[in-house]
Amino acid sequence: MMPHELLKVVALVSVGAHPVTGRPRRAEQDARAVELGLCLAGKHLHLLHAGDAESEALRGYLGMGLAEMTVLQQPLHADILPALGSYLGATDAQLVLTGSQAEIGEGSGMLPYLLAEQLDWPLVVGLAEVESVKGGVAQVLQALPRGQRRRLQVRLPFVASVDSAAPKARQSAFGPAQRGQLQSQKVAVVEDMLLSEASMQTARPRPKRLKVIKAKTGAERMRAATAKASAGGKVLTDITPEQGAEAIFALLKEEKVLR
Amino acid sequence: MKESFRRDPRNEWIARNRLHPLYSALQTQEASWIGPSGLVRKNPHVSGFIGPNGLKRIDRSGVQQGGGSQRSGTKAAVQLPLRIIEQPSFYIVVVPDMVNGRLSSHDKDLLGLANTLAGDEGAVVAVVFQAHKEGGFDTAGVDRLLHLQGEAFADYSPEQRVTALCALDTQLNPAHWLVPDSRTGGGELGRRLAAKLGERPATRVWQVADGQCIGRAGAGQQDMARTAPRLILAAAECADPVSDTRHEVRAIELNETLFHRVGRLDNLGAVAVDPALTPMAEAEFILSGGNGVKDWELFHQAAETLGATEGASRVAVDDGFMPRARQVGATGTWVTAQVYLAVGISGAVQHLQGIATCDKVVAINQDPACDMVKRADLAVIGDSAAILQALIERVREHRQGGMHDAA
Ligand SMILES: Cc1cc2nc3c(=O)[nH]c(=O)nc-3n(C[C@H](O)[C@H](O)[C@H](O)COP(=O)(O)OP(=O)(O)OC[C@H]3O[C@@H](n4cnc5c(N)ncnc54)[C@H](O)[C@@H]3O)c2cc1C
Ligand SMILES: Nc1ncnc2c1ncn2[C@@H]1O[C@H](COP(=O)(O)O)[C@@H](O)[C@H]1O
Repeated sequence: MMPHELLKVVALVSVGAHPVTGRPRRAEQDARAVELGLCLAGKHLHLLHAGDAESEALRGYLGMGLAEMTVLQQPLHADILPALGSYLGATDAQLVLTGSQAEIGEGSGMLPYLLAEQLDWPLVVGLAEVESVKGGVAQVLQALPRGQRRRLQVRLPFVASVDSAAPKARQSAFGPAQRGQLQSQKVAVVEDMLLSEASMQTARPRPKRLKVIKAKTGAERMRAATAKASAGGKVLTDITPEQGAEAIFALLKEEKVLR
Repeated sequence: MKESFRRDPRNEWIARNRLHPLYSALQTQEASWIGPSGLVRKNPHVSGFIGPNGLKRIDRSGVQQGGGSQRSGTKAAVQLPLRIIEQPSFYIVVVPDMVNGRLSSHDKDLLGLANTLAGDEGAVVAVVFQAHKEGGFDTAGVDRLLHLQGEAFADYSPEQRVTALCALDTQLNPAHWLVPDSRTGGGELGRRLAAKLGERPATRVWQVADGQCIGRAGAGQQDMARTAPRLILAAAECADPVSDTRHEVRAIELNETLFHRVGRLDNLGAVAVDPALTPMAEAEFILSGGNGVKDWELFHQAAETLGATEGASRVAVDDGFMPRARQVGATGTWVTAQVYLAVGISGAVQHLQGIATCDKVVAINQDPACDMVKRADLAVIGDSAAILQALIERVREHRQGGMHDAA
């Protein structure tokens, strides 16, 4: 992909957690956002985090080849949205990249939506690739389930969230990670009200859904237990191949799988 | 109502033939008789009748007599009781995904949750955009249906849809909004709506009870419990679907006429992706070949023409016609295709396990008695090569027809 030198890209990064040990690390999806940003803006990519500038996990992003990162100083249980919104509103950023879900805390994935609402910018969900940027309009590919892609046209500036369909992040190198600078800034703090009433607990495994048979008589229960999984569909015998093909074709049309 | 009496010549014949194995079952049994010692004997199994709920009832008032030997005709399909909410005191609004125009199982779970939240007082509203193919809104638990159609809601139009939902919010002021937290649209639409309404939603919710809800948090290692907010994005299997009531599906309208801002996202349409590169577990349309495929050249050609991802049974892989990575089944890949087209596959359990979650299965096979045909929604009996050839031609014809139309 050609680098868009003139595009001003900001990637929002958060601290992740290792899925097994729970140790802090770079978050998987945010790293993908950084990767996409590196493809678009190269060394000019701007990294932004709201939180604690002391946390070592943030260096994982610097190790991807960036010299510095801006950290808006925020305590643990703060609502980071106003700080991020007013900071971004004051910069000349044209594209803000985020992950689609944080790995620690609530992880509701609301941040990109709220940020777009606050800045009144359009939002692209599930960005997979930026194809071109011309005259203030970007053509992008959006990732859909089942490996499908949709082409969208969107006006700059915009917010885009990235999920696991985006290209995989490069490795983080230790040396550059240690040399990189975390530039911290003091900003106003707004407390997050939710955390006072919600409680976190370790995730319980969800119960498997049982197949409940609502039968009133023994005979019905017997029938339900011995019935075949599907009561059979249409079987076409004694037909020409053309008729068979026509029937299959009609079904494929109806299910809209023929493109 | 008494059913009309019918003679059954076959049963009468068995009843006359003392050597027939079913002879004894068809002998009319007397309800009472005088035994050898002169005592009156009664057979309790003969008296009584089968009540409406399938239980045996004995009416001792003497009104009911000798219904036992009557042949019962086919029973009418059970009508579930209809629930009518004339004046709901509040509304619960569900925005189903309607994947392929039908309620998905995730949607039905949400409607089930909505019905528990609605109780006896509230009404469940479903909002459906664009044309649909669903016929079962009544048994899925929809009291009111808002069906929105028009240019503005075509294809992918999250901003316009959110505008409409905001208008509905002012009109009904629902007690809860329920949206499936899915990748097929609900997760995005629900979050956009939350941002627009300024509601803080609960996400990935898997349990709602007593005004509290529990949802997954972070990367899935933790749960978050909180009082249930107005907007809930719920995971699949958050509740049981409605199963024993029928609902009205009364149509409602938006009072307000909508003025759409020019959308800031322009949809330029789907991009052709190479089906060979889509991972099989994710593929939407799979053409799978087994031992019944004799002409593999033709099979590959068919996959290309149809735009399908290729799959195979174990025998086809073992025989070296397909790479191991393409094997579908217990020891291969578990696929989730919407349409699974099985050519010359007999349907061994190990294979059927792998396609258990496929939506529509089509079988091409020579043997009408094989298990794959029993599983299939559509089975075409015949030679695989001839049918594939005909199918290729039919699709080519269609593609060319489409090209003429466009020109
Ligand atoms: C431990 C274990 C694990 C296994 N795991 C898997 C697995 O993961 N996946 C898997 O697929 N199998 C698996 N198997 C193998 C499985 O049991 C079956 O042997 C296999 O699925 C059969 O493949 P088939 O249907 O292609 O072949 P067959 O059973 O030979 O069926 C061929 C079918 O093609 C039809 N046919 C023949 N000629 C034509 C024609 N000209 N036109 C149309 N139809 C025709 C026949 O009527 C028949 O129905 C496993 C077996 C074991 C023991
Ligand atoms: N403290 C933070 N600083 C910067 N970006 C963040 C922060 N928290 C979350 N984000 C971004 O917002 C995305 C979604 O977060 P969330 O809404 O918390 O699930 C994440 O993937 C990050 O890109």
